[in-house]
Amino acid sequence: MDLFFEFFTTLKNTVIDVLPILSIILGFQLLVIRKPIPHIKQVGFGFIYVLIGLALFLLGLEKALFPLGKMMAEQLTAPEFIQAGEQVLTNIHWTDYKWVFIFAAAIGFSTTIAEPSLIAVALKAEEVSGGAINANSLRISVAIGVAFGIALGSYRIVVGHPIHYYIIAGYIVVVVQTFFCPKLIVPLAYDSGGVTTSTVTVPLVAALGLGLASTIPGRSPLIDGFGLIAFASLCPIIAVMAYAQLTEARTHRTNKKLEKRKRIKEEKRNLNRNNEAP
Amino acid sequence: MNHQFIVFLKALLGSCKDLLPIILVIAFFQFAVLQQPMPNVGDILVGLALVVLGLTFFIYGLEMGLFPIGESMAQAFAKKGSISWLLTFAFCLGFGTTVAEPSLIAVAKEAAVVAASGGIIADTLESQLSYANGLRFTVAFAVGLAIVIGVLRIIRGWPIQYLILGGYVVVVLMTIIAPSWIIGIAYDSGGVTTSTITVPLVTALGVGLASAIKGRNPMIDGFGLIAFASLTPMIFVMIYGMVIS
Repeated sequence: MDLFFEFFTTLKNTVIDVLPILSIILGFQLLVIRKPIPHIKQVGFGFIYVLIGLALFLLGLEKALFPLGKMMAEQLTAPEFIQAGEQVLTNIHWTDYKWVFIFAAAIGFSTTIAEPSLIAVALKAEEVSGGAINANSLRISVAIGVAFGIALGSYRIVVGHPIHYYIIAGYIVVVVQTFFCPKLIVPLAYDSGGVTTSTVTVPLVAALGLGLASTIPGRSPLIDGFGLIAFASLCPIIAVMAYAQLTEARTHRTNKKLEKRKRIKEEKRNLNRNNEAP
Repeated sequence: MNHQFIVFLKALLGSCKDLLPIILVIAFFQFAVLQQPMPNVGDILVGLALVVLGLTFFIYGLEMGLFPIGESMAQAFAKKGSISWLLTFAFCLGFGTTVAEPSLIAVAKEAAVVAASGGIIADTLESQLSYANGLRFTVAFAVGLAIVIGVLRIIRGWPIQYLILGGYVVVVLMTIIAPSWIIGIAYDSGGVTTSTITVPLVTALGVGLASAIKGRNPMIDGFGLIAFASLTPMIFVMIYGMVIS
């Protein structure tokens, strides 16, 4: 019964949340395009489904995804877990939190590999590059990027460094790569940063960061809690460009090798011809 | 009816697939690494079921109602030729889709709770709500502006890297003057904004526009809108933080 009541409160808020987009579509359709909306019944039903879905999703988020992220952070940083059986030490080294980093990387990798919008982008990239870019390898490199990003972000929360040093360093890497990267991949790489973090992953990862910042001694959620998603959107940019650079370097090398082989063959042939001539 | 049911099942399968890796990883850590039973497992299971169901309805509804109309509008405006209307539409599209973005709603709410417990805003439900809404509308405004810049770039054919690099410089400069408690959430807001609703509609606009204008390559010019949409929110959320403090 409680759940039912909560659902209606969320649904009421959701209607307010979605109102702007409804008014924009209606406004443009009726005032600018000045045609009745095609398939109005279908669109109307679609809208009702969107409302119900959004309300259910937000409710589930609060009941499951946020608590899960925080719970994992609490359990993996609990003194009883990281110092199992030993006496409680006052000085905790960051390597004691290794399971946190492994967990962060595993969440990042697995959710990115399964991300539908990334699959679509990877296929498009393969098509455009004429097969030079392999869709699966691209997906794996983005997933490694996200895994590394979230793990690095957790490390930052554990040691308490200010976030902007990391992000600015990341920007510098992106800038340098941009100059050396095949031009075709640049917009795609920049987009991949935003694409990889899906609706389900974002809340879980945000909760993980907030949980870490509130359980690790000396950290505050306000200063240290956010920032994991920023890492997860920066690292894929670097990973995609790095992948493109590697592929380019490899094709370059094989091309060179082929040329060299050709040249040697031709030289030999010439030599033979010269020998036969006299 | 039968066809609709298949579409619905596809959406259901899709949202299960979204959630599956998370469940597998968490289950592995809970049982193999922590080796402990999961606390309040009942609540979590109910919540996960709600997430799957909610996401399914949400995506099903989007594909049924919002996406066709949004895509046809984006293409209609891309071909119409009136730049001022196109830019107005681009702004509204970015703004409207971001305001309704589920992960942004959730993260903004969480940020308000954290800000209240950290003493940045008053610890009342009302001030939390206004902070969360302020954050959301700031981000939405920033995304709207980003789409406008991105559309202008496609029309004029500006190279993307200079704009992005310029944006990075602004982000770095803003970081120096913004209050430290906003920096984390500001950096995060870039990645949060672009998910379920925004990406497909904005991509449709970009690719439609790039294929409607002569001499533009949908691959090079059609992409890149999302990149702007993940950059400008950082700048504007930092401004929001400065205004609030």
